[in-house]
Amino acid sequence: MNLENFLIFSGIIFSIGLYGALSKKNVITVLMSIELMFNGVNIALIAFSRYVVPQRIAADPVAAEAEVARALAEGTALGETVLSTLLTGQVFAIFIITIAAAEVALGLGIVIAMYRNRETVDVTQANLMRG
Amino acid sequence: MIFEGAAWAIFLLPLASFVVISLFVRPFLNQYEKYSGYLTILAIGAAFVLSIWALGSVLGNEGEIGWEAHSWLAIGNLEISLGILMDPLTAILLIVVTSVSLAVQVYSQGYMRGDPSYSRYFAFMSLFTASMLGLVLARNIVQLYAFWELVGLSSYLLIGFWYNRPAAAAAAKKAFLVTRLGDVGFLLGILYLFFNKEAFLSQGLNPFEIADINLIAHGGEVAGVQIIALGSGVATWVAVGIFAGAVGKSAQFPLHVWLPDAMEGPTPVSALIHAATMVVAGVFLVARFFPLFESSTTAMNIVAVIGGFTAIFAATMGLVMNDIKRVLAYSTVSQLGYMMLALGVGAYEAAIFHLFNHAFFKALLFLGAGSVNHASGTFNMQYMGGLKRYMPRTYVTFLIAAVSISGIFPLAGFWSKDEILVGAWNHGGTIGQLVFWMALVAAFMTAFYIFRALFLTFHGEFRGGVDAENGSQSGGHGVHLAESPWVMVAPMMVLAVPAVVSGFLANPLNTAWGLGIVPTHWFSKLLGNVEFISVHPEPMNLVMAFGSTVVALAGIGLAYLMYYAHKVSPEKVAAAIRPAYNAAFCKYYFDDLYEDWITRRGFYKGVAQSTDWVDRNIIDRIGVGIGFLGRNVGQVIGMLENGQVQAYGAGMSIGILVILVVFSIWN
Repeated sequence: MNLENFLIFSGIIFSIGLYGALSKKNVITVLMSIELMFNGVNIALIAFSRYVVPQRIAADPVAAEAEVARALAEGTALGETVLSTLLTGQVFAIFIITIAAAEVALGLGIVIAMYRNRETVDVTQANLMRG
Repeated sequence: MIFEGAAWAIFLLPLASFVVISLFVRPFLNQYEKYSGYLTILAIGAAFVLSIWALGSVLGNEGEIGWEAHSWLAIGNLEISLGILMDPLTAILLIVVTSVSLAVQVYSQGYMRGDPSYSRYFAFMSLFTASMLGLVLARNIVQLYAFWELVGLSSYLLIGFWYNRPAAAAAAKKAFLVTRLGDVGFLLGILYLFFNKEAFLSQGLNPFEIADINLIAHGGEVAGVQIIALGSGVATWVAVGIFAGAVGKSAQFPLHVWLPDAMEGPTPVSALIHAATMVVAGVFLVARFFPLFESSTTAMNIVAVIGGFTAIFAATMGLVMNDIKRVLAYSTVSQLGYMMLALGVGAYEAAIFHLFNHAFFKALLFLGAGSVNHASGTFNMQYMGGLKRYMPRTYVTFLIAAVSISGIFPLAGFWSKDEILVGAWNHGGTIGQLVFWMALVAAFMTAFYIFRALFLTFHGEFRGGVDAENGSQSGGHGVHLAESPWVMVAPMMVLAVPAVVSGFLANPLNTAWGLGIVPTHWFSKLLGNVEFISVHPEPMNLVMAFGSTVVALAGIGLAYLMYYAHKVSPEKVAAAIRPAYNAAFCKYYFDDLYEDWITRRGFYKGVAQSTDWVDRNIIDRIGVGIGFLGRNVGQVIGMLENGQVQAYGAGMSIGILVILVVFSIWN
């Protein structure tokens, strides 16, 4: 397994989601497609996080790990910097998952509000803002 | 000695009369409209008295009265001033304008009685008199130009006074446009001076001051200062431009066509504006810039030849016209040509003297024509005749003026015409010879046409007047054969006095022969006091005087044979020279040439229609095309703005994709 495979997979998921988001008329389907796009992005982030590491760590992971462990034990700033660099992708993914959960909750609320008002969940009918 | 405020009042009084009549009398006091006439007479009368004072002061001062210029505008280091130039030429013109105007205003009291626009008439007459006086008094060429246009405006307003008559409206427009053509030349002359302002400013002179223009044209050493003259090319072009203005205003060939048509205006207007004053503004203008003209032989020759040709050319048309006012109009054009001719051959004093005399007797002739119209209701001489019996006073004054204009000793016209002929003869050279013979032939024709008019109007049997003319539009007085009221006859009698005696002012006789009253060469010496003018008063040339009198008598005799004694049939003479007669009768087809060929075919069909085509097919299409483009582009772009979030999303995605692809290829 290498980075390219993950990125291709991520691209496929994202594209499927994008296609769905742009082509489906049902709001529920659109929301589901958006979830797919989120997850495509998440995969990419995790993959990058896993495979792209600073050069010094990649050159000698064992020495680097020791250095970081020592720094962490001594409580210097270097340790936290390295950790946050290594963990940025994962943290982003967690954020996205959280946001996505909130978005779905909000989106479904809007869908229900729209359905109450217009008795449809067809996005093409949601054009009140058109000039 | 006159002071400057009084000189300004000469111009401001008639102007005040115009303002009061048009702003107060006409809107609020129209039931007292007769007072507008009195007010005008009062204002012009006061101006006349002040003018006499001005002339007296100029005489006492022996030349120009120097007054400071008042600053009006400053353009950089160039100043345009307002002010009065009071020299003998100005003083003489002031007398001419105010006296003839006064006589005409009194006459108008009778002539215009009962006209629905009585107040408007006097308002315009006041405006005209004020502008003409302003023109004469101006010390600055820009100031002069402003008044020059104002007299043109008042002329337009008064020719079209009866604006509900289409002929009058058309004549007013024609006069305005034709004189404007000349005025463009005048303006170009002024602009050319402006472009050569460095030549003036470097010597501390002002290119717009009339005195400075004449000074620099004169050149040489003046008052101990060496003046560098203008280049002869510059002087010639400026002089030609100024002369173009004079040609328009003084109705010289080829811009003579407007003056005969201007006879559509009321007759007192013709007498004042189109005989005595405004039309001589052109002659005055050339006289005003005489040193400038004198500095260029080319310009002088142009003036002489145009003047001489106009004198003879207009006279031939005067021979055949049937409308008495048109005969007089062509006579005016011809006499103005005489004055121009005199200026062109350097006979400055003769030209101004003729201007002076001509103003009185030509105004008198016009007033006579108006008086005749008052009785017969027409201006067409074919329907007049025999009026001598009914209006003896009009007849006598008309006869005096006719003898005077013919140049019979000892009336006014004789003296000035003689001086002009002598001037042309003494000028010598081809030009002098040419214009001398032109002037002599014109003198013969003048005597003939004016007596033709006299015999047709006053002698023989009455031929029915306006009633016989059926359906004429000449004012609708109807025929009532009687002398005109005193208010009309009295000014004519007053004008008859200078028509007889004004010639003596020149007095070319030796004191030994002495008329005793007027010193020898009084008028010439007066004009000799104008700055940079040198006059050459000639002693009376007996051969010339005798010759010109014989020529004039021959003209009168021929008119007598044809129209009084009926020994020679005019019809047979006309038949014998049919082509020439027709050409003169049709005014040499100049109206057709200008209106049909130049205006309709040249301007309308050629210029106007082609510019119209360009406008419609190119300019308009560009405009409409831009409009269509905007609308179509707007429609296309509007289709993108469909309110569908998904469409926007698609657009955004495709856009990002395109950017990415382009970006990656770029790198």
